Amino acid sequence: MKIGVLALQGDFREHIASSLEAGHSAAPIRRKSELEDIDALILPGGESTTIALLAKSYDLFQPIREKISQGLPVYGSCAGMILLADRILDGAPGQETFGGINMTVRRNAFGRQVESFEGEIDFNREKINGVFIRAPWVEEVSSDVEVLSMAAGHPVAVRQGKLFATSFHPELTGDLRIHQYFFEEICR
Amino acid sequence: MSEATGTARVKRGMAEMLKGGVIMDVVNADQAKIAEDAGACAVMALERVPADIRAQGGVARMSDPDMIEKIQAAVSIPVMAKVRIGHFVEAQIIQSLGVDYIDESEVLTPTDYENHVDKWKFTVPFVCGATNLGEALRRINEGAAMIRSKGEAGTGDVSNAMTHMRKIGGEIRRLTAMREDELYVAAKEMQAPFALVQEVAQTGKLPVVLFTAGGIATPADAALMMQMGADGVFIGSGIFKSGNPAQRAAACVKATTFFDDPKVLAEVSRGLGDAMVGINVSDIPAPHRLAERGW
Repeated sequence: MKIGVLALQGDFREHIASSLEAGHSAAPIRRKSELEDIDALILPGGESTTIALLAKSYDLFQPIREKISQGLPVYGSCAGMILLADRILDGAPGQETFGGINMTVRRNAFGRQVESFEGEIDFNREKINGVFIRAPWVEEVSSDVEVLSMAAGHPVAVRQGKLFATSFHPELTGDLRIHQYFFEEICR
Repeated sequence: MSEATGTARVKRGMAEMLKGGVIMDVVNADQAKIAEDAGACAVMALERVPADIRAQGGVARMSDPDMIEKIQAAVSIPVMAKVRIGHFVEAQIIQSLGVDYIDESEVLTPTDYENHVDKWKFTVPFVCGATNLGEALRRINEGAAMIRSKGEAGTGDVSNAMTHMRKIGGEIRRLTAMREDELYVAAKEMQAPFALVQEVAQTGKLPVVLFTAGGIATPADAALMMQMGADGVFIGSGIFKSGNPAQRAAACVKATTFFDDPKVLAEVSRGLGDAMVGINVSDIPAPHRLAERGW
Protein backbone atom coordinates (compact mmCIF):
# COMPACT_ATOMS: atom_id res chain seq x y z
CA MET A 1 0.00 0.00 0.00
CA LYS A 2 0.99 3.64 -0.37
CA ILE A 3 0.57 5.46 2.93
CA GLY A 4 0.28 9.24 3.01
CA VAL A 5 1.36 11.00 6.22
CA LEU A 6 0.07 14.55 6.74
CA ALA A 7 3.33 16.52 6.99
CA LEU A 8 2.31 20.04 8.00
CA GLN A 9 3.76 19.91 11.53
CA GLY A 10 4.58 17.28 14.16
CA ASP A 11 6.26 13.87 14.17
CA PHE A 12 5.36 12.87 10.62
CA ARG A 13 8.86 11.48 9.94
CA GLU A 14 8.37 8.83 12.65
CA HIS A 15 5.06 7.70 11.09
CA ILE A 16 6.72 7.52 7.67
CA ALA A 17 9.52 5.40 9.20
CA SER A 18 6.99 3.07 10.92
CA SER A 19 5.05 2.65 7.66
CA LEU A 20 8.21 1.85 5.71
CA GLU A 21 9.35 -0.59 8.36
CA ALA A 22 5.98 -2.34 8.18
CA GLY A 23 6.68 -2.96 4.50
CA HIS A 24 4.64 -0.23 2.81
CA SER A 25 5.61 2.79 0.78
CA ALA A 26 5.03 6.13 2.49
CA ALA A 27 5.11 9.78 1.48
CA PRO A 28 4.62 13.14 3.19
CA ILE A 29 1.40 14.98 2.26
CA ARG A 30 1.47 18.77 2.14
CA ARG A 31 -0.59 19.46 -0.95
CA LYS A 32 -4.06 18.56 -2.20
CA SER A 33 -2.69 16.82 -5.31
CA GLU A 34 -0.64 14.46 -3.12
CA LEU A 35 -3.87 13.07 -1.60
CA GLU A 36 -4.93 11.55 -4.88
CA ASP A 37 -2.95 8.33 -5.16
CA ILE A 38 -2.74 7.14 -1.55
CA ASP A 39 -4.38 4.04 -0.07
CA ALA A 40 -4.46 5.31 3.52
CA LEU A 41 -3.67 8.48 5.47
CA ILE A 42 -1.96 8.98 8.84
CA LEU A 43 -2.47 12.16 10.89
CA PRO A 44 0.63 12.47 13.13
CA GLY A 45 1.20 13.80 16.62
CA GLY A 46 1.89 17.51 16.90
CA GLU A 47 -0.17 20.58 17.75
CA SER A 48 -3.73 20.12 16.51
CA THR A 49 -4.32 23.89 16.30
CA THR A 50 -1.24 24.39 14.11
CA ILE A 51 -2.03 21.43 11.85
CA ALA A 52 -5.68 22.48 11.33
CA LEU A 53 -4.66 26.07 10.59
CA LEU A 54 -2.07 25.05 8.00
CA ALA A 55 -4.52 22.59 6.43
CA LYS A 56 -7.02 25.43 6.03
CA SER A 57 -4.45 27.87 4.63
CA TYR A 58 -3.24 25.41 2.02
CA ASP A 59 -6.53 23.99 0.77
CA LEU A 60 -6.22 20.60 2.44
CA PHE A 61 -9.02 20.87 4.98
CA GLN A 62 -12.05 20.20 2.77
CA PRO A 63 -10.20 17.68 0.55
CA ILE A 64 -9.28 15.61 3.62
CA ARG A 65 -12.88 15.81 4.89
CA GLU A 66 -14.05 14.57 1.49
CA LYS A 67 -11.54 11.71 1.51
CA ILE A 68 -12.76 10.70 4.96
CA SER A 69 -16.39 10.71 3.83
CA GLN A 70 -15.45 8.69 0.74
CA GLY A 71 -14.05 5.95 3.00
CA LEU A 72 -10.28 6.49 2.87
CA PRO A 73 -8.70 4.60 5.82
CA VAL A 74 -7.26 7.17 8.26
CA TYR A 75 -5.25 6.69 11.47
CA GLY A 76 -4.66 9.59 13.86
CA SER A 77 -2.30 9.54 16.88
CA CYS A 78 -2.72 12.15 19.65
CA ALA A 79 -3.24 15.41 17.70
CA GLY A 80 -4.48 13.11 14.93
CA MET A 81 -7.13 11.70 17.28
CA ILE A 82 -8.32 15.25 18.03
CA LEU A 83 -8.49 15.97 14.30
CA LEU A 84 -10.67 12.87 13.71
CA ALA A 85 -13.15 13.69 16.48
CA ASP A 86 -16.57 15.07 15.61
CA ARG A 87 -16.54 17.09 18.85
CA ILE A 88 -13.74 18.44 21.10
CA LEU A 89 -13.56 19.85 24.62
CA ASP A 90 -10.90 22.28 25.94
CA GLY A 91 -9.85 23.25 22.42
CA ALA A 92 -8.71 26.69 21.35
CA PRO A 93 -11.70 29.01 20.66
CA GLY A 94 -13.23 28.09 17.29
CA GLN A 95 -10.88 25.14 16.80
CA GLU A 96 -12.16 22.92 13.97
CA THR A 97 -11.49 19.27 13.19
CA PHE A 98 -11.77 17.06 10.11
CA GLY A 99 -14.13 14.86 12.13
CA GLY A 100 -15.41 11.46 11.09
CA ILE A 101 -15.44 9.51 14.35
CA ASN A 102 -18.65 10.06 16.32
CA MET A 103 -16.97 10.89 19.62
CA THR A 104 -16.08 13.75 21.94
CA VAL A 105 -12.36 14.11 22.68
CA ARG A 106 -10.94 16.18 25.53
CA ARG A 107 -7.74 17.93 24.53
CA ASN A 108 -4.74 17.69 26.94
CA ALA A 109 -7.00 15.56 29.17
CA PHE A 110 -4.14 13.79 30.96
CA GLY A 111 -2.68 17.17 31.91
CA ARG A 112 0.35 19.22 31.05
CA GLN A 113 3.79 17.89 30.11
CA VAL A 114 4.82 17.17 33.74
CA GLU A 115 1.90 14.70 33.86
CA SER A 116 2.85 13.05 30.54
CA PHE A 117 3.73 9.37 31.04
CA GLU A 118 4.35 5.99 29.53
CA GLY A 119 2.83 2.76 30.79
CA GLU A 120 1.54 -0.67 29.85
CA ILE A 121 -1.96 -0.80 28.39
CA ASP A 122 -4.11 -3.52 26.84
CA PHE A 123 -4.74 -3.24 23.13
CA ASN A 124 -6.55 -5.90 21.12
CA ARG A 125 -5.75 -8.62 23.74
CA GLU A 126 -2.06 -7.67 23.82
CA LYS A 127 0.07 -5.60 26.18
CA ILE A 128 1.71 -2.55 24.66
CA ASN A 129 3.74 0.36 26.00
CA GLY A 130 1.60 3.48 25.57
CA VAL A 131 3.43 6.83 25.39
CA PHE A 132 1.06 9.66 26.34
CA ILE A 133 2.30 13.23 25.74
CA ARG A 134 -0.08 16.05 26.72
CA ALA A 135 -2.49 13.45 25.48
CA PRO A 136 -6.23 13.67 24.83
CA TRP A 137 -8.73 11.05 25.92
CA VAL A 138 -12.15 10.15 24.62
CA GLU A 139 -14.87 11.64 26.78
CA GLU A 140 -17.84 9.89 25.16
CA VAL A 141 -18.49 7.74 22.09
CA SER A 142 -21.62 6.85 20.17
CA SER A 143 -22.68 3.20 19.97
CA ASP A 144 -21.15 2.76 16.50
CA VAL A 145 -17.62 3.44 17.79
CA GLU A 146 -15.59 0.43 18.96
CA VAL A 147 -13.33 1.03 21.98
CA LEU A 148 -10.03 -0.87 21.63
CA SER A 149 -8.10 0.35 24.67
CA MET A 150 -8.69 2.13 27.97
CA ALA A 151 -6.47 4.15 30.34
CA ALA A 152 -7.46 6.05 33.49
CA GLY A 153 -11.07 5.02 32.91
CA HIS A 154 -11.30 6.57 29.44
CA PRO A 155 -11.04 5.15 25.92
CA VAL A 156 -7.60 5.84 24.40
CA ALA A 157 -7.92 3.79 21.20
CA VAL A 158 -11.08 3.72 19.10
CA ARG A 159 -12.26 2.67 15.68
CA GLN A 160 -15.27 3.55 13.58
CA GLY A 161 -15.40 1.97 10.13
CA LYS A 162 -12.20 2.89 8.29
CA LEU A 163 -11.15 5.46 10.90
CA PHE A 164 -8.80 4.62 13.77
CA ALA A 165 -7.40 6.85 16.53
CA THR A 166 -5.09 6.51 19.53
CA SER A 167 -4.27 8.98 22.34
CA PHE A 168 -0.77 7.54 22.51
CA HIS A 169 2.24 7.53 20.17
CA PRO A 170 3.27 4.08 18.85
CA GLU A 171 5.53 5.86 16.36
CA LEU A 172 7.88 6.78 19.25
CA THR A 173 8.41 3.25 20.58
CA GLY A 174 9.63 1.20 17.62
CA ASP A 175 6.76 -1.27 18.29
CA LEU A 176 4.97 -1.75 14.96
CA ARG A 177 1.90 -3.60 16.26
CA ILE A 178 -0.41 -0.57 16.27
CA HIS A 179 0.57 0.43 12.75
CA GLN A 180 0.19 -3.19 11.63
CA TYR A 181 -3.29 -3.31 13.19
CA PHE A 182 -4.20 -0.25 11.11
CA PHE A 183 -2.72 -1.62 7.90
CA GLU A 184 -4.02 -5.17 8.30
CA GLU A 185 -7.31 -4.90 10.19
CA ILE A 186 -8.60 -1.54 8.97
CA CYS A 187 -7.11 -0.79 5.56
CA ARG A 188 -7.87 -4.21 4.05
CA MET B 1 -1.68 0.50 34.79
CA SER B 2 1.82 1.34 36.05
CA GLU B 3 2.76 4.80 34.86
CA ALA B 4 6.16 6.48 34.61
CA THR B 5 6.35 10.26 34.24
CA GLY B 6 9.43 12.23 33.20
CA THR B 7 11.16 9.38 31.34
CA ALA B 8 13.65 10.27 28.62
CA ARG B 9 11.16 8.99 26.04
CA VAL B 10 8.34 11.16 27.38
CA LYS B 11 10.59 14.23 27.63
CA ARG B 12 12.21 13.81 24.22
CA GLY B 13 8.88 12.77 22.72
CA MET B 14 7.36 16.11 23.67
CA ALA B 15 9.99 17.84 21.51
CA GLU B 16 9.20 15.45 18.64
CA MET B 17 5.65 16.83 18.66
CA LEU B 18 6.96 20.39 18.20
CA LYS B 19 8.90 19.53 15.04
CA GLY B 20 8.18 21.47 11.90
CA GLY B 21 6.79 24.24 14.07
CA VAL B 22 7.58 27.74 15.32
CA ILE B 23 8.00 28.56 19.02
CA MET B 24 7.41 32.26 19.65
CA ASP B 25 8.55 34.55 22.47
CA VAL B 26 5.60 36.34 24.09
CA VAL B 27 5.49 38.79 27.00
CA ASN B 28 1.75 38.81 27.78
CA ALA B 29 -1.51 36.95 27.21
CA ASP B 30 -2.50 39.08 24.19
CA GLN B 31 0.72 38.22 22.38
CA ALA B 32 0.28 34.55 23.32
CA LYS B 33 -3.19 34.57 21.70
CA ILE B 34 -1.79 36.18 18.54
CA ALA B 35 0.92 33.50 18.42
CA GLU B 36 -1.58 30.65 18.90
CA ASP B 37 -3.94 32.08 16.26
CA ALA B 38 -1.03 32.36 13.83
CA GLY B 39 -0.22 28.66 14.26
CA ALA B 40 2.68 28.68 16.75
CA CYS B 41 3.28 25.15 18.09
CA ALA B 42 4.31 26.59 21.50
CA VAL B 43 5.04 29.91 23.18
CA MET B 44 7.96 31.01 25.34
CA ALA B 45 6.70 33.17 28.21
CA LEU B 46 9.16 35.85 29.27
CA GLU B 47 9.05 39.40 30.64
CA ARG B 48 11.29 41.01 28.06
CA VAL B 49 12.16 39.76 24.59
CA PRO B 50 15.93 39.45 23.99
CA ALA B 51 16.10 42.72 22.00
CA ASP B 52 14.78 44.59 25.07
CA ILE B 53 17.06 42.72 27.47
CA ARG B 54 19.93 43.80 25.24
CA ALA B 55 18.74 47.42 25.04
CA GLN B 56 17.86 47.85 28.72
CA GLY B 57 20.75 45.91 30.23
CA GLY B 58 20.80 44.84 33.86
CA VAL B 59 20.38 41.33 35.26
CA ALA B 60 17.79 39.26 33.40
CA ARG B 61 16.02 36.62 35.52
CA MET B 62 13.15 34.14 35.46
CA SER B 63 9.72 35.71 34.78
CA ASP B 64 7.10 36.46 37.44
CA PRO B 65 4.94 33.33 38.06
CA ASP B 66 1.79 35.49 37.75
CA MET B 67 2.78 36.48 34.24
CA ILE B 68 3.54 32.88 33.25
CA GLU B 69 0.21 31.65 34.66
CA LYS B 70 -1.73 34.30 32.74
CA ILE B 71 -0.15 33.05 29.54
CA GLN B 72 -0.88 29.41 30.47
CA ALA B 73 -4.52 30.38 31.01
CA ALA B 74 -4.73 32.22 27.70
CA VAL B 75 -3.64 29.46 25.31
CA SER B 76 -4.11 25.72 24.75
CA ILE B 77 -0.68 25.13 23.14
CA PRO B 78 2.43 24.26 25.22
CA VAL B 79 3.99 27.05 27.28
CA MET B 80 7.75 27.22 27.87
CA ALA B 81 9.68 29.48 30.23
CA LYS B 82 13.32 30.43 30.70
CA VAL B 83 15.60 29.99 33.69
CA ARG B 84 19.14 31.29 34.17
CA ILE B 85 21.99 28.89 33.36
CA GLY B 86 22.68 26.85 36.50
CA HIS B 87 19.78 28.32 38.53
CA PHE B 88 18.16 25.09 39.65
CA VAL B 89 15.82 26.85 42.10
CA GLU B 90 14.31 28.96 39.32
CA ALA B 91 13.84 25.62 37.52
CA GLN B 92 12.11 24.09 40.58
CA ILE B 93 9.76 27.09 40.71
CA ILE B 94 8.97 26.98 37.00
CA GLN B 95 8.37 23.21 37.14
CA SER B 96 5.90 23.71 40.02
CA LEU B 97 3.84 26.03 37.78
CA GLY B 98 3.23 23.16 35.36
CA VAL B 99 5.18 24.78 32.52
CA ASP B 100 5.60 22.32 29.63
CA TYR B 101 9.29 22.93 28.83
CA ILE B 102 12.11 24.85 30.54
CA ASP B 103 14.70 26.73 28.50
CA GLU B 104 17.98 26.98 30.43
CA SER B 105 18.92 30.05 28.49
CA GLU B 106 21.96 32.21 27.81
CA VAL B 107 19.54 35.07 27.10
CA LEU B 108 19.15 35.47 30.88
CA THR B 109 22.12 36.38 33.05
CA PRO B 110 24.02 33.21 34.03
CA THR B 111 24.05 32.10 37.68
CA ASP B 112 26.79 29.47 37.61
CA TYR B 113 29.88 29.91 35.44
CA GLU B 114 30.89 26.25 35.67
CA ASN B 115 27.82 24.06 36.03
CA HIS B 116 24.49 23.85 34.27
CA VAL B 117 21.32 22.54 35.95
CA ASP B 118 21.24 18.75 36.55
CA LYS B 119 18.24 18.26 34.32
CA TRP B 120 17.77 14.52 35.06
CA LYS B 121 16.40 15.56 38.48
CA PHE B 122 13.34 17.17 36.90
CA THR B 123 10.10 15.75 35.52
CA VAL B 124 9.69 18.71 33.17
CA PRO B 125 11.88 18.50 30.05
CA PHE B 126 14.60 21.06 29.29
CA VAL B 127 15.82 22.68 26.09
CA CYS B 128 19.37 24.12 26.08
CA GLY B 129 21.36 26.20 23.64
CA ALA B 130 24.50 25.05 21.85
CA THR B 131 27.00 26.58 19.43
CA ASN B 132 28.73 23.30 18.51
CA LEU B 133 28.30 19.55 18.82
CA GLY B 134 30.40 19.14 21.98
CA GLU B 135 28.29 21.72 23.80
CA ALA B 136 25.07 20.04 22.59
CA LEU B 137 26.24 16.62 23.81
CA ARG B 138 27.32 18.01 27.20
CA ARG B 139 23.81 19.42 27.64
CA ILE B 140 22.22 16.12 26.57
CA ASN B 141 24.49 14.33 29.04
CA GLU B 142 23.08 16.63 31.76
CA GLY B 143 19.55 15.65 30.73
CA ALA B 144 18.50 18.17 28.08
CA ALA B 145 15.67 16.63 25.99
CA MET B 146 15.93 19.15 23.16
CA ILE B 147 18.72 21.35 21.75
CA ARG B 148 18.49 24.69 20.01
CA SER B 149 21.40 26.24 18.18
CA LYS B 150 21.98 29.57 19.91
CA GLY B 151 22.52 32.13 17.21
CA GLU B 152 22.74 35.63 18.66
CA ALA B 153 19.44 36.43 20.34
CA GLY B 154 17.79 39.83 20.05
CA THR B 155 19.69 40.95 16.96
CA GLY B 156 17.56 40.09 13.93
CA ASP B 157 20.90 39.04 12.41
CA VAL B 158 20.71 35.39 11.39
CA SER B 159 24.44 34.99 10.68
CA ASN B 160 25.32 33.36 14.00
CA ALA B 161 22.41 30.93 13.73
CA MET B 162 23.84 29.96 10.35
CA THR B 163 27.34 29.55 11.83
CA HIS B 164 26.07 27.34 14.64
CA MET B 165 23.90 25.15 12.40
CA ARG B 166 26.79 24.66 9.97
CA LYS B 167 29.11 23.87 12.86
CA ILE B 168 26.79 21.30 14.50
CA GLY B 169 25.87 19.70 11.17
CA GLY B 170 29.49 19.63 9.99
CA GLU B 171 30.72 18.03 13.20
CA ILE B 172 28.00 15.35 12.98
CA ARG B 173 28.98 14.58 9.37
CA ARG B 174 32.64 14.40 10.38
CA LEU B 175 31.87 11.84 13.10
CA THR B 176 29.92 9.61 10.70
CA ALA B 177 32.99 9.42 8.42
CA MET B 178 35.38 8.38 11.19
CA ARG B 179 36.75 4.94 11.96
CA GLU B 180 35.40 3.65 15.24
CA ASP B 181 38.84 3.74 16.89
CA GLU B 182 39.09 7.47 16.11
CA LEU B 183 35.97 8.34 18.09
CA TYR B 184 37.82 8.26 21.43
CA VAL B 185 39.99 11.18 20.43
CA ALA B 186 37.02 12.93 18.84
CA ALA B 187 35.17 12.67 22.17
CA LYS B 188 38.20 14.02 24.01
CA GLU B 189 38.59 16.94 21.60
CA MET B 190 34.96 17.99 21.71
CA GLN B 191 34.80 17.41 25.47
CA ALA B 192 31.75 15.21 25.14
CA PRO B 193 30.89 11.81 26.64
CA PHE B 194 32.13 8.93 24.48
CA ALA B 195 28.79 7.04 24.49
CA LEU B 196 26.96 10.02 22.99
CA VAL B 197 29.73 10.64 20.44
CA GLN B 198 29.49 6.98 19.38
CA GLU B 199 25.69 7.21 19.12
CA VAL B 200 25.87 10.31 16.89
CA ALA B 201 28.54 8.63 14.73
CA GLN B 202 26.22 5.65 14.22
CA THR B 203 22.93 7.48 13.65
CA GLY B 204 24.20 10.63 11.93
CA LYS B 205 22.00 12.86 14.08
CA LEU B 206 21.57 14.17 17.59
CA PRO B 207 19.67 11.83 19.94
CA VAL B 208 17.19 14.69 20.58
CA VAL B 209 15.33 17.21 18.44
CA LEU B 210 17.41 20.17 17.15
CA PHE B 211 15.72 23.56 16.73
CA THR B 212 17.36 26.84 15.67
CA ALA B 213 17.18 30.15 17.50
CA GLY B 214 18.76 33.58 17.53
CA GLY B 215 18.24 36.36 15.01
CA ILE B 216 15.46 34.83 12.91
CA ALA B 217 13.33 37.76 11.69
CA THR B 218 11.75 36.81 8.35
CA PRO B 219 9.99 33.83 6.71
CA ALA B 220 13.11 33.43 4.53
CA ASP B 221 15.28 33.16 7.66
CA ALA B 222 13.01 30.45 9.08
CA ALA B 223 13.05 28.49 5.81
CA LEU B 224 16.85 28.88 5.57
CA MET B 225 17.28 27.24 8.96
CA MET B 226 14.91 24.40 7.99
CA GLN B 227 16.90 23.83 4.80
CA MET B 228 20.03 23.73 6.97
CA GLY B 229 18.51 20.77 8.80
CA ALA B 230 16.75 22.33 11.78
CA ASP B 231 13.70 20.44 13.08
CA GLY B 232 11.92 23.74 13.80
CA VAL B 233 12.60 27.34 14.83
CA PHE B 234 12.39 29.65 17.82
CA ILE B 235 11.53 33.25 16.97
CA GLY B 236 12.19 35.66 19.81
CA SER B 237 12.21 39.36 19.14
CA GLY B 238 11.60 38.93 15.40
CA ILE B 239 7.81 38.82 15.60
CA PHE B 240 6.66 41.25 18.26
CA LYS B 241 9.39 43.80 17.42
CA SER B 242 8.11 43.97 13.83
CA GLY B 243 5.48 46.21 12.21
CA ASN B 244 2.72 43.61 11.86
CA PRO B 245 3.23 40.76 14.35
CA ALA B 246 0.10 38.70 13.50
CA GLN B 247 0.84 38.59 9.80
CA ARG B 248 4.57 38.00 10.26
CA ALA B 249 3.90 35.21 12.76
CA ALA B 250 1.53 33.42 10.36
CA ALA B 251 4.00 33.90 7.51
CA CYS B 252 6.86 32.38 9.52
CA VAL B 253 4.68 29.36 10.44
CA LYS B 254 3.88 28.72 6.77
CA ALA B 255 7.51 29.25 5.75
CA THR B 256 8.62 26.65 8.29
CA THR B 257 6.23 24.02 6.86
CA PHE B 258 6.84 24.86 3.18
CA PHE B 259 10.53 25.62 3.68
CA ASP B 260 11.52 24.02 0.37
CA ASP B 261 8.88 25.71 -1.82
CA PRO B 262 10.09 29.13 -3.07
CA LYS B 263 6.64 29.97 -4.48
CA VAL B 264 5.02 29.67 -1.05
CA LEU B 265 7.95 31.54 0.51
CA ALA B 266 7.53 34.39 -1.98
CA GLU B 267 3.80 34.53 -1.33
CA VAL B 268 4.15 34.71 2.47
CA SER B 269 7.01 37.23 2.26
CA ARG B 270 4.83 39.83 0.47
CA GLY B 271 3.57 42.95 2.24
CA LEU B 272 4.74 42.05 5.74
CA GLY B 273 5.65 45.64 6.62
CA ASP B 274 8.72 46.47 8.66
CA ALA B 275 10.91 43.69 10.01
CA MET B 276 12.61 44.33 13.33
CA VAL B 277 15.37 46.88 12.78
CA GLY B 278 18.01 44.70 14.33
CA ILE B 279 21.68 45.08 15.00
CA ASN B 280 24.65 43.44 13.29
CA VAL B 281 26.32 40.87 15.51
CA SER B 282 29.72 42.28 14.48
CA ASP B 283 28.74 45.65 15.99
CA ILE B 284 28.12 44.10 19.41
CA PRO B 285 31.15 44.19 21.71
CA ALA B 286 32.24 40.64 22.58
CA PRO B 287 31.26 40.80 26.29
CA HIS B 288 27.67 41.51 25.25
CA ARG B 289 27.35 38.52 22.93
CA LEU B 290 24.94 36.07 24.52
CA ALA B 291 25.98 32.99 22.52
CA GLU B 292 29.27 32.89 24.40
CA ARG B 293 27.45 32.19 27.66
CA GLY B 294 27.34 28.45 28.43
CA TRP B 295 30.22 26.04 28.97
